[in-house]
Order: sequence, then structure tokens, then C-alpha cells
Amino acid sequence: MKDLTQQILNGDIRSIARAISIVENNAPLKEPLLDELYPFCGKAMIWGITGAPGAGKSTLLDRIIAAEREQQRRVAVIAVDPTSPFTGGAILGDRLRMQRHALDSGVFIRSMASRGYLGGIAGATRDVIKVFDAAGYDLIIIETIGVGQSEVEVVSLADMILLVLVPGLGDEIQALKAGIMEIGDIFIINKKDREGAVKLKTEVEYVLRFKNESSAPPNPVIMTAATLNEGIAEVIAAAEQYFQYLTDSGQLEQRRRQRLRQEFYDIVLTKIQQVVENHYNLTQKVERLVELVVEHHEKPYALIEKHLNSILKEIEQR
Amino acid sequence: MNKKLRILIAKPGLDGHDRGAKYVARALKDAGYEVIYTGIRQSPEAIAQTAIQEDVDFVGLSLLSGAHNELFPRVVQLLREKQASDIIVFGGGVIPESDMPFLKEQGIAAIFTPGTSIAAIIEFIEANRPRVSH
Ligand SMILES: Nc1nc2c(ncn2[C@@H]2O[C@H](COP(=O)(O)OP(=O)(O)OP(=O)(O)O)[C@@H](O)[C@H]2O)c(=O)[nH]1
Ligand SMILES: [Mg+2]
Repeated sequence: MKDLTQQILNGDIRSIARAISIVENNAPLKEPLLDELYPFCGKAMIWGITGAPGAGKSTLLDRIIAAEREQQRRVAVIAVDPTSPFTGGAILGDRLRMQRHALDSGVFIRSMASRGYLGGIAGATRDVIKVFDAAGYDLIIIETIGVGQSEVEVVSLADMILLVLVPGLGDEIQALKAGIMEIGDIFIINKKDREGAVKLKTEVEYVLRFKNESSAPPNPVIMTAATLNEGIAEVIAAAEQYFQYLTDSGQLEQRRRQRLRQEFYDIVLTKIQQVVENHYNLTQKVERLVELVVEHHEKPYALIEKHLNSILKEIEQR
Repeated sequence: MNKKLRILIAKPGLDGHDRGAKYVARALKDAGYEVIYTGIRQSPEAIAQTAIQEDVDFVGLSLLSGAHNELFPRVVQLLREKQASDIIVFGGGVIPESDMPFLKEQGIAAIFTPGTSIAAIIEFIEANRPRVSH
């Protein structure tokens, strides 16, 4: 494994790709590998790009990659698409729009299926970021599944969120209602070649006025036409400026700390769950509880309370 | 742990008809695989590089233009050069029977002509599962 770690640090493509699979498949090597990589993490800038299905996230990313490459930044993209809940299969098609970068050694694009994880990303996305970070990519961008309002977990993984809105999708109303505005840092009104873009921009700016505290700089609202390569330089400039603000104001630090907190919390909970499942026959015990409630009319909460103590004791003795 | 198999479906060459490739991609998705689709007119270099970045287990090449004898072996060769010969390459499209021995010899693991059922492709993939479960 030392070998693999070293190869990743050297930026070897095959090793990075393999490591991502290890992480994704939750292979036994995952935890020690991530621990070895951890000291080399923290240098990359992490953006999330999210928005409704078909808003133009991938097309924008293609343009953003090109612009960032002009500045010699090494870019990694994690593009998440949904896994079918019925078959477990997935078509990962985001990459198609960025494929002209396939032969650029400074660009690494990895498609990920959500594998049942809700939240617009995959469960392993958080750890894949670390692999890219340790491998020395300057900018890591996560493209979420095309989302509605509730699947915005990318907020807890990224330093900064680019929220893509388009005219004609009812985003105007959605923005006002659903609080999706809360999660964006940079607002992109894409498909400005379409009718309604200016109106949408006005409305977004109007809503944002209530969001912004007086001290913070306003969230940038930029109009783009990704297919025509229009507005991209403005997005980059605004993003860099906003990132600078996040850094200087201490918010970046705060967000990263919060991210770590959330992560540790999740890991501890997962581990506890594993212990319970491994050492205690939960399925069977729950079955017994159901029987008691249904057939013997016991009271659910009182019953569980009674059993919880014996459950904890049993685990302790292991 | 039942590893999720990842398959890249790619179209090398100049023809712009990707109906067949898309059909196969969707069918493989329905069979429970993770399918990466990269669109038409991909160079063998781009296909090989994509296969490596995506750490796929299989690459399925689809071609109607007739340049299979050149492009298919090129992909295999590039994967070999990049120490990725464990990735299994198969092909599909309008390919004459007489070309098949040559392609097999060049390392194309299987060839599926337009009449092939999806079931045959899935059978091929499953038969190779032990080989790719690293
Ligand atoms: N008219 C117009 N079409 C655009 C623009 N940007 C993207 N599109 C088109 O919108 C469609 C969807 O673009 P994608 O980039 O795949 O959108 P996406 O948000 O990544 O989609 P999902 O990943 O499927 O959610 C494509 O047909 C693009 O060509 C734009 O600025 N103007
Ligand atoms: Mg996309």
C-alpha cells in the first residue's frame, strides 16, 4: 500500500483511478489508504456545481475546465449520476460533454454512480475528493445529480457552491419557495440565449437581497450561455473573488471545520451501526419486538426502552 | 462484496451513428452495470485514457465505418502500453466474419455483430467477472 500511496502522490493516473475504486467499493484497503493520504490533503480548492437536470452543469464545467487550464491549474472533476433503484445500474453521461479534455494530462474526470445514496452525490464522493486532493489537483469540482431542493448534500463537501439556474424551468418560483437560494455562493443563470434569462436574473437578485447580510459581499449572479462559451470568464473571475472573500473572512476555515465535524460524526455513527449489526442479531431481535407489540399489545416505546438497556449491555460484553 | 462492474461504451472512428452504442449502453445499465458513455468520434487515445481514469473493467467499442481492423487493436495496444491490459476489450458493429480471427488475435476478447442479443453480451461479461474482480 505504501507503493500505492506514493504513486498517488506522484500523480500516477492509474493509481489514482484504482484508489478511487477502492474507496468507492469500500474495499478493506480504504481506511488505511485514506489515513496515509490525509496528511497531504487540504491544498485543493473544492467547488460543487449543482442545479436542475439539464441546466447545463456539464457543459459549463467543460468551459470552466478549459479556462482553468489556461491558468495552468490542474483540475479534477467528480461527476455524479443516479443509480437506478430498480436495477442497480447507471448510465454515466456527464463526461460526454467534457470529453475533449480526455487527453489533457492536467485534467482527471471521474464518473460516479450514486449507488443508492440520496443527496445528489454518492456516499463515497467525500473520500474521492481526498484522493484527488492528495494527488495534487488544484481544483476539484463535483457535479451533482440534477437536483430539486432536497438533494443538496454537496454543500457539506465543497468549499463553494455554483448554483445553476435556467429560465423556463419555473426556477423563479422554485427559488423563492424552496430555500435553494440558501445553498448557492455563485449564481449562474445559464442559457441566457433563451427567453426569460434577464427576468430570472432580476428575480434571483431580488431574493438574494434578503439573504445577504450587509457586511458580506453580495453573491455574484452571472449570466452565461455555456454552449456559446459566453460569460465563462465572468464566472471564473467572480468565483475567484468570492473564494478570496471566503478565505479572508474565515468562512472557508469554518466550512472546512464543519465538514470535518460532520464527517467524523457520520463515521462514528456508521461504525456503531456496524458493531450493532455484527455483534448483535438486530433483525431477529426486532422481529421479536414486533411480535410482542402486535400479538401481546405491548407499548412500542416502553418496550424498546426496556430492551435498549439489555441491548447495550450485551454489546458491551463483546 | 459483489463488485459493481464498470463498462465504457465508446465509439471510435468517424461514423456518427450512435444508436447501436446507446442501445447497448442502456441495456447494460438495465442489466445492473455502471456504464460510461462518451459519445461519437473518439480517438483510440481518448478511449484508452478514459478507460483508465474511469477504472473500468470492460471497454465496448462500437463501429460501423469499417476501420475496426485498425482502431480496435489500437485501443488494446494503448491499454497494454499503459499497463492496463487487464481491461477487457470487446467490439460490436458491422464486422465481417473473415476479420474476426485477426481481431481475436489482436486481443479483442469478443465481437458482437448487429444480430447479437443483449443476453449474449451479458453472458460474456458475467463469464469474465472472475477475471476483473481485482
Ligand atoms: N440553449 C442553450 N442550451 C444549453 C446551454 N448550456 C447547455 N445547453 C444544453 O442543455 C442540455 C443539457 O446540458 P448538460 O450540460 O448536459 O446539462 P446538465 O445540467 O449537466 O444535465 P444533467 O447532468 O443531466 O443534469 C444540452 O443539450 C446542452 O447542449 C446554453 O447556454 N444555451
Ligand atoms: Mg451533467
